[in-house]
Amino acid sequence: MWTFFHKLASPPYFYAFAGRLVPWLGWACVGLLIAGLYGGLVLAPADYQQGESYRIIFIHVPSAWMSLFIYVVMAVCGGIGLIWHIKVAEVIAASSASVGASFTFIALVTGSLWGKPMWGTYWVWDARLTSELILLFLYLGVIGLQSAIDDRRTASRACAVLSLVGLVNIPIIHFSVNWWNTLHQGSTVIKAGGPSMHLSMLAPLLIMAFGFKLYYLMVLLMRSRIEVLERERKSEWVRGAVTAA
Amino acid sequence: MGARRGHGGMTMAEFFHMGGYAAYVWSAYGICLVVMVANAVYPIIKARDTRRRLARAYEGERVT
Repeated sequence: MWTFFHKLASPPYFYAFAGRLVPWLGWACVGLLIAGLYGGLVLAPADYQQGESYRIIFIHVPSAWMSLFIYVVMAVCGGIGLIWHIKVAEVIAASSASVGASFTFIALVTGSLWGKPMWGTYWVWDARLTSELILLFLYLGVIGLQSAIDDRRTASRACAVLSLVGLVNIPIIHFSVNWWNTLHQGSTVIKAGGPSMHLSMLAPLLIMAFGFKLYYLMVLLMRSRIEVLERERKSEWVRGAVTAA
Repeated sequence: MGARRGHGGMTMAEFFHMGGYAAYVWSAYGICLVVMVANAVYPIIKARDTRRRLARAYEGERVT
């Protein structure tokens, strides 16, 4: 097991392994998303309060979860790269920012489109929405910092510091609905006493969430392979990999 | 076409109507789809470009 992780931390092995994994992840992701969409849009009944509009939940909640999850991955990998100088950790952190920003954007936009018919407004400066918007700015800050510094390893260190500082926002987002009086509803899935949601709605939601997770893994590996080529372009194995194809 | 009933006991028209929330529900799903497809396609194009650029650089022996 540990030898596997040791091997995975070596860029050429990681490049090859990721390349083999991507197509499998892609098909598994497509399968899960089709199952989740069918369950969520066709099989699940309408909500007794919100009618059909609640069906936005099947993309809104998974993308909001992903926006937090990816940020934690990015900050933790950034930290590992900062402390132990593990190249692959730096690569994963660098490749996560844009997917994370995309999911944050999706969470905000779908939430806004859900808020209009239910709350009567697209946007309100409540704690949950504002802290999620700050998360988007943190992602954009990391992306901007990355592209502003030419040397990729220096850029990684700077981004790691920024993302570790921004990590404080993650519990704020999660607990914002408990700490402040928000217009945003409280948790229905991750809470004490178990989810307060019928299985016919919960099952597709969890399937979609799992599909989104595999999607992130797939995009992450695709981006990481490019990042590895760029960072290792002076080594022999990269020359072999690009000239053979 | 008439009323074809799907598994949820609703017609196709009812499905697309989304109980009057069609504009919100489908634009949310549409934006989500566009962003996710773009995120998956971009690295494919980028990977091809990167490999080509590096291969050209190796030929000219000026890898910087």
